[in-house]
Amino acid sequence: MEQYTLNLLVVGATFLLYIGIAIWARAGSTSEFYAAGRGVNPVVNGMATAADWMSAASFISMAGLIAFTGYDNSSFLMGWTGGYVLLALLLAPYLRKFGKFTVPEFIGDRFYSKTARMVAVACLIIASITYVIGQMTGVGVAFSRFLEVENDTGLFIGAAIVFFYAVLGGMKGVTYTQVAQYCVLILAYTVPAIFISLQLTGVALPPLGLFADHAASGMPLLTKLDQVVTDLGFNAYTEHHTNTLNMVLFTLSLMIGTAGLPHVIIRFFTVPKVSDARWSAGWALVFIALLYLTAPAVGAMARLNLMDTIYPGGAQAEPLNYEERPDWMKNWEITGLLKFEDKNGDGRIQFYNDKSESFAATAEAAGWKGSELTVNQDILVLANPEIAALPSWVIALVAAGGLAAALSTAAGLLLAISSAVSHDVVKGTLAPQISEKGELLTARISMAVAIGVATWLGLNPPGFAAQTVALAFGLAAATIFPALMMGIFSTRVNDKGAVAGMLTGLVFTIVYIFVYKGWFFVPGTNQLPDTPDNWIFGISPLSIGAVGAMINFAVANMVSRATDEPPQEIRELVESIRIPRGSKAATADH
Amino acid sequence: MSEHSSNNEYWAANIRLVTICLIIWALVSFGFGIILRPLLSGISVGGTDLGFWFAQQGSIIVFLLLIFFYAWRMNALDRKFGVEEE
Repeated sequence: MEQYTLNLLVVGATFLLYIGIAIWARAGSTSEFYAAGRGVNPVVNGMATAADWMSAASFISMAGLIAFTGYDNSSFLMGWTGGYVLLALLLAPYLRKFGKFTVPEFIGDRFYSKTARMVAVACLIIASITYVIGQMTGVGVAFSRFLEVENDTGLFIGAAIVFFYAVLGGMKGVTYTQVAQYCVLILAYTVPAIFISLQLTGVALPPLGLFADHAASGMPLLTKLDQVVTDLGFNAYTEHHTNTLNMVLFTLSLMIGTAGLPHVIIRFFTVPKVSDARWSAGWALVFIALLYLTAPAVGAMARLNLMDTIYPGGAQAEPLNYEERPDWMKNWEITGLLKFEDKNGDGRIQFYNDKSESFAATAEAAGWKGSELTVNQDILVLANPEIAALPSWVIALVAAGGLAAALSTAAGLLLAISSAVSHDVVKGTLAPQISEKGELLTARISMAVAIGVATWLGLNPPGFAAQTVALAFGLAAATIFPALMMGIFSTRVNDKGAVAGMLTGLVFTIVYIFVYKGWFFVPGTNQLPDTPDNWIFGISPLSIGAVGAMINFAVANMVSRATDEPPQEIRELVESIRIPRGSKAATADH
Repeated sequence: MSEHSSNNEYWAANIRLVTICLIIWALVSFGFGIILRPLLSGISVGGTDLGFWFAQQGSIIVFLLLIFFYAWRMNALDRKFGVEEE
């Protein structure tokens, strides 16, 4: 069967499955729409959280980020998993006990302030919109590569599918489709990885293969990789080349940001009990770790495979002749994500680090006139099965997996946005007397509008679309996480402290990002060039969220101490959320 | 009043547990994975050193164990102080 037909069949089958689930899991009440009726089993919720969390970036980009930098990008691995420890220990059980529907609602109630609630809504919407654009463009790319449709058409098909199950089923529909999407994406990620690990090391489990011996050379895989890349002037794969302080702060920002992202937090509102919320965070990390333990192996092995393809006789021998390049390179050249330019006109592909000063003499002596191959790091995971010459059903599975990762995260984000609009803005502020039925309808309309906006932004990505890490994680780290944590762990922080803390955290973080990346990301409006030499103490704009969080904590505590204590009923509220008993009563009045 | 002081004890026990878990959380990631890596460079693991293993694999495994350990200990504390859910 032709590859195209097979892709169409596999992707089509998964889409039918999602639609089937949507029809089965319709939401009949606001509790079902916002929190799946709080009846989701903790293991099932863990699986849904894993799909909610692992986006197009985790599935497609992360292994490539690690492949081309090695150890220095370990921050993504530790940051995007370590956040779950914070979530499980500091936030999830208490927010479940509080028993409401949205993150801004907790902030508004705990700090008895509509202003605090609206600041939280604003941060939530900025962070989630930035995040969702990346998912929508990811859907477009996956469609155009595997199903040979226009980018825009792919985006419309993806949006229509999300529209169907998210508007119909709310959190309930999203939860059960996410479970199905998790199964598709984890199979799609691990199956090619197992094949490649077997080919390179003879070890079936990729995380063990990473530290095993390379079958062809008999050397440990990582030693072999270090040797191959340094022979071509690249940095050694396993060594640390960046600023240590920046690496620590970047990892910390990703961790705090992860724990503060509303679309992840609201998943823990769906389990029946406080103790379930604790277990569920553990299960979520089990399902996430299956991918995150595989990713560094995929990165290292894909890098080695790529180098072997281009230098079949080793780095000292002649590189590959362009006319003899494998089919997968031809396929990716069509998309423009892989480019060859024969700078020295010898018809062979010289791929090396032409920025390395120490390697320049070697390159010149060999008659090389610059690296001739540019590889977009996002193609590594998608091209992996083709590079390793795996059966065509595996390629079709990867296409379906990439789409599942993007769609599941998009749906979770859209749900966080639409419930903030219908529950916090409409029901909480504009029209408090709205009926249950009216609110459910409002929630569905907000969801439909949010999908429309996200689709439009996916078609016309604004300048900030590429800034997911800086904007979404930076804001969640600097504003939402500290407010939630102080709301639970302090009885002294009051309304004024919380608002002042969130606003200074927000302004500080945003200004630091704008100074380097341009005001509102308009190119050319940055005051300082975005390079390590210009960063204050070597702290990159992507790592500033952790500093913003510390400023938020400090300002909130100082302002609270200088102003009135919170009223007695707020202290009773804090005491009650700290104790699991009574979680059913807390939700009964809804 | 006695219920109040028992709740305070429960909270203090929780804070102790959270603190211990977070120290381990920071030690394996920021410690062994990044800052202390040069100190661990003598211990080799599969073609590289222990710090690399912690940064790309070990810390994730420890995070997992920490969350399950915390859930297990907290559920026991809930019962000990009589604050578990009905």
